[in-house]
Amino acid sequence: MSSIREEGKDQIIFVTKEDHATPSSAELVEEDPNDPYEERGLILPSGEINWNCPCLGGMASGPCGTDFKDAFSCFHYSKEEVKGSECLEQFRAMQECMQRYPELYPQEDDKVSETDKTSQDSASAEISGANSTSPTVQDSNTTQPNTEGSVES
Amino acid sequence: MLKCRNVWKKLAPLARASSTVCRQNVRRAGLPNGRIPARVPVAHMSTGPTGGGGENHLYVLLVGAACLGGGIYAYQTIKGDQQRYQDRINEISSRSQKAATEEPTTPIQSEPPAVKASKTEAVPEPETQAAPSPEEPSPPVPDVELAAAPSETAEPPPEPSPPSEPSPAELTEPPPAPVVESEPTAAAAAESPSAEPPEPQPEVVAVSGVDSTPASLKVPSHTPYLLIGGGTASFAAARSIRARDPGAKVLIVTDEPDLPYMRPPLSKELWFSDDPSVTETLRFKQWNGKERSIYFQPASFYINPEELDSAENGGVAVLTGKKVVQMDVRGNKVKLDDETEISYDKCLIATGGVPRNLQVIERAGEEVTQKTTLFRKIDDFKSLDKVTRNIKSITIIGGGFLGSELACALGRRSHESDLEVIQMYPEKGNMGKVLPEYLSNWTTEKVKREGVKVITEALVKSVTCKDDKLEIQLKDGRLVKTDHIVAAVGLEPNVDLAKSAGLEVDSDFGGYRVNAELQARSNIWVAGDAACFYDIRLGRRRVEHHDHAVVSGRLAGENMTGANKPYWHQSMFWSDLGPDVGYEAIGIVDSSLPTVGVFAKATAKDTPKAATEQSGTGIRSESETEDTATSPVASSTPAPAMEQHKDDYGKGVIFYLRDKVVVGIILWNVFNRMPIARKIIKDGEEHADLNEVAKLFNIHED
Repeated sequence: MSSIREEGKDQIIFVTKEDHATPSSAELVEEDPNDPYEERGLILPSGEINWNCPCLGGMASGPCGTDFKDAFSCFHYSKEEVKGSECLEQFRAMQECMQRYPELYPQEDDKVSETDKTSQDSASAEISGANSTSPTVQDSNTTQPNTEGSVES
Repeated sequence: MLKCRNVWKKLAPLARASSTVCRQNVRRAGLPNGRIPARVPVAHMSTGPTGGGGENHLYVLLVGAACLGGGIYAYQTIKGDQQRYQDRINEISSRSQKAATEEPTTPIQSEPPAVKASKTEAVPEPETQAAPSPEEPSPPVPDVELAAAPSETAEPPPEPSPPSEPSPAELTEPPPAPVVESEPTAAAAAESPSAEPPEPQPEVVAVSGVDSTPASLKVPSHTPYLLIGGGTASFAAARSIRARDPGAKVLIVTDEPDLPYMRPPLSKELWFSDDPSVTETLRFKQWNGKERSIYFQPASFYINPEELDSAENGGVAVLTGKKVVQMDVRGNKVKLDDETEISYDKCLIATGGVPRNLQVIERAGEEVTQKTTLFRKIDDFKSLDKVTRNIKSITIIGGGFLGSELACALGRRSHESDLEVIQMYPEKGNMGKVLPEYLSNWTTEKVKREGVKVITEALVKSVTCKDDKLEIQLKDGRLVKTDHIVAAVGLEPNVDLAKSAGLEVDSDFGGYRVNAELQARSNIWVAGDAACFYDIRLGRRRVEHHDHAVVSGRLAGENMTGANKPYWHQSMFWSDLGPDVGYEAIGIVDSSLPTVGVFAKATAKDTPKAATEQSGTGIRSESETEDTATSPVASSTPAPAMEQHKDDYGKGVIFYLRDKVVVGIILWNVFNRMPIARKIIKDGEEHADLNEVAKLFNIHED
């Protein structure tokens, strides 16, 4: 059983696991998928790419930002059988650019696979819908160091 | 001058009268005698000055003296006016320098009489500017000289009526010596910033004939996006702008010598690093075990300020070691401390703040202030690290986030070294202004267990230096002796530009007052610690946390590129006080509000140490192996008999209420639930039973 205690204006409740076993009766307001104010995931409701998504880290804003945007846009809008197959030129340009800044874009063998990974993230982001910020992305402070860590350092 | 004339005017008739009378007397006297006597007979008309010939001399003397005095007075007045005038011209020309840089080809305009007079002065200096090639000055010069001639009067030159802003009029003078002098200083200043950041050549764009401007190093005179301040908010905005405006050119101006970096590790992770060279590398281990630098991006991410204009795809340039001292909102430009002017299309003010100090320390004298650290920047971290290796006792004044984190970090260090760590503050417990009393007390016990000597309800009365040791006298009589003090008593938001820019400063919270879209005035936004903004949900506030700087910086960047979004995504914050206490919080977390806390019994798994993979934040610098080795120790602390069910606040959720609506939530040793907390605050609903709301957090699970 939960115990309740008051200390002045503060109330303290201790609960056991059983106390919290029943589903919550608290009501949450329904999310509006078209809320213009909401932070968006990688793909905006309009279908466009949200270049400001924390999940991209600094990819779209760094020295190779333009190349990255070209390549990724091409991939995103690609309707080919093998998605992005006509975008090799853009990806190559992007890779060339990234090779010029090894500090920013560490040269791992799977540089390309990283971009694939980002594309996959976007796919999953699309699926998650309006509330599309995935948990890893939700908190800006986590994403900043987090994505920095994974993408850049 | 006028006074003199008036006086003269008054004197003149008198003088004339007296002179005529004198002459008449003389003639009258002289005529009958057929000669002009030396002295007029004593008996004479009542009119006229007495004394006759003697009076003649007297008269001459009087008039002569008056003339001389008047002459001297007139001379001095003119000189003084000319000097004042000269100063005014200098001030204007120094202003016009920067404006002049934008219009390198502006033909020299017709001189206001001011310039003519200035020519007669032969001095106006600060020339260093604008473009006009050496040829240009010459044609206008003769004009000016001609004009100058007739205007040569004893009158002070008329106040120059608004000299056309870029009055390269000033440039008509061949730039005199002072200009050349200022060049070398500019170059010297340019050398000093370290090689790593792009050379911030405090340059003068255009060159006048005599100047030998160092090769190419120029600060851009115009930038589409200007960000004042080089911290977290500024960097987040730069990133946001670059993401949304392809090819954007962003210039960051900061008075620090460092590139943008993140602050939280300075009081947490960096202190836990095993690397002895951590003060140089500034690298730390994240929660996921990966190492990274506190700098957001390495130097290669940025482009040089002088290349900003010509960069095809734009970029972010950082100008370090330069302070913006003045802002001209109507003219859309700012002035730096080296007199350079930069104009902008959109500007962000992200100047953050300056640590507050205790008045008693400020007044205590040089010896005390030398042993006091105000902790905020990288330099402060480096010097404190050095200091703590050489002293025996350190005292931290302040019981908030920074004070408590530093106390814990140093307390940990004290296990290895011989360092005594004392923390004192006026509240009853650590985080007394944030956590409800019962939790604050519990936290204080934890802090003590980190090896910190905590002195609560301590008000500092005076600090003196005796025998190279500091003596802190408290108001209740206690005396604390220590070697060094760290004052962590708050942050004063930096609103230096408010006056020149005509921006409103908030009297309740401090900082620049901005609307919900973070805009202060047209084309000016403010983000980060310095912004007092309107939060649609929670009301007007000013937040001094890292995540807020990121969120607000990003939002400001979006709005600078046309988004017009209000502050909506609620920022969060976190803190770790030792291995047992870690929490994340969101919204308004003020201990004066009524709270409802829902707790579960803690197990060994519910500490920051244990939550390495899952938690999103905080100090988790230990490797996993180390972690499992020490967790049995960690678990023993909450378990023992003294930690009764009553006092065991192992993990839980605390709701802060305002008019029955949840406005703040703390997740106490519960991680990865922030999205739910954010949602509850966003909804802003009145919940009858907060226990039901607490169920949403699943606190019993990991």
